[in-house]
Amino acid sequence: MIIVAEKINTSRRSIAEAVEKRDAGFIVKVARDQADAGANYIDVNAGTFLDREVDCLCWLVETVQSEVDLPLCLDSPNPTALAEAIKLHKGEPMLNSISLEEDRFEALLPVVTSHPCHVVALCMAQTSMPTTVEERVHVASELINRLTGEGIPLEKIYVDPLVQPVSVDVRMGIATLEAISHVMKGFPGVNTICGLSNVSFGLPQRRLINRNFLALCMAYGLSAAILDPTDNPLMATLFSVEMLLGRDEYCENFIEAYENGRIVG
Amino acid sequence: MSDFKALAEAVTKGDIKTAVAETQKALDSGSNVQDILDNGLIATMDEVGERFSKGLIFVPQMLRSARTMQECMKLLQPLFQESDVTSKGKVLIGTVKGDLHDIGKNLVSMMMEGAGFTITDLGVDVAPEKFVQKVQEVEPDIVGMSALLSTTMPSMPLTIEALQKAEIRDKVKIMIGGAPVTEKYAQEIKADSYASDAGSAVTKAKELLGIRG
Repeated sequence: MIIVAEKINTSRRSIAEAVEKRDAGFIVKVARDQADAGANYIDVNAGTFLDREVDCLCWLVETVQSEVDLPLCLDSPNPTALAEAIKLHKGEPMLNSISLEEDRFEALLPVVTSHPCHVVALCMAQTSMPTTVEERVHVASELINRLTGEGIPLEKIYVDPLVQPVSVDVRMGIATLEAISHVMKGFPGVNTICGLSNVSFGLPQRRLINRNFLALCMAYGLSAAILDPTDNPLMATLFSVEMLLGRDEYCENFIEAYENGRIVG
Repeated sequence: MSDFKALAEAVTKGDIKTAVAETQKALDSGSNVQDILDNGLIATMDEVGERFSKGLIFVPQMLRSARTMQECMKLLQPLFQESDVTSKGKVLIGTVKGDLHDIGKNLVSMMMEGAGFTITDLGVDVAPEKFVQKVQEVEPDIVGMSALLSTTMPSMPLTIEALQKAEIRDKVKIMIGGAPVTEKYAQEIKADSYASDAGSAVTKAKELLGIRG
């Protein structure tokens, strides 16, 4: 499982305050804790700063990478912010995200093709959000074909099947799961990624729902997830499911996590 | 005023079959249509919205109640003459330009409808010009705008600006909402109100129009 650590997002108050005050120490600590907990990428998102987003995102890139030796996931729907942030990034970042929305696609394509990077392909169609499995797979296929047509290798594409709340339509969970499975089988080598929290919008005990959704997504083939790796109950789910799916030789990672006190219910 | 206890209970539970039967029963026994609407359906939905805002019930339960009310309305609607309908007010709602998210906006629409407002839903990716054109056409009391992305939030002030240019800004109250939207942002862009969820959207809308209860 590729883990994209989600905590450095200015929609969280403590992060917004730290960015406002340019408190590098606080940001570095959050980044390091997530790196130590097993992150493969550190997500940075400064979207709530609106017209100051570009500056804030660039500051986050330099601040995190000055102390933590991991690639970042540059997270913004704003192509300009991604284009500026990638110039400062050391190594190959993940860009989150491109979609079929025409303006966004056209603006990001030159960024994605001119820098070595991984890219999240969000299943948003040009004029609507997909709801069924077929619609999701259709958008995913078109995104994959257009991106690989521009020379981006399949294994650097992370399809986000678009997670929507089951509280509004109970079919949304299974639609995402089946879309993951279709995409992984239809394009061997491609990655799939998603966040977990949208699924539980409007319901109680969201963390429990999110954990179970992670387990199901993994069973349907999800290869990367945007989550909080310092959340031990969530990571206990991840370690045990990886093991149960036969992806943890000699159960090594699970046992190691247990010995580190991280396997908690 | 008649007693609509069984109807209220059915709407609260989201039991469509019972609620429709109770509505029919009320009509058959000669209850006034406006009375059924106000004291049976709307009063119940007000309570549902309030319980939702307080976290006592959850989205699926609220949706179910709203759908139940919609089914009951199908029996009442043909009995209203166009002129008789006493609406709480007209609300024009849409997700702003560049944004395709509609879940929150739909929840707000449903609850506003449940509270007795007349809704015109413009859908998603609604350009400022479209808002202007529809405000002129529908003459709403309230314009509701939704955005789920920080990148599409600026469509809100642009829409307000377009309404100003068309000299119709002062004819409507403007409400905004959506995950990245805040009370502070509403003040900055000079919207009249911000609502954090579908239940409080109803309360805020009533406040804006000076409707009590």
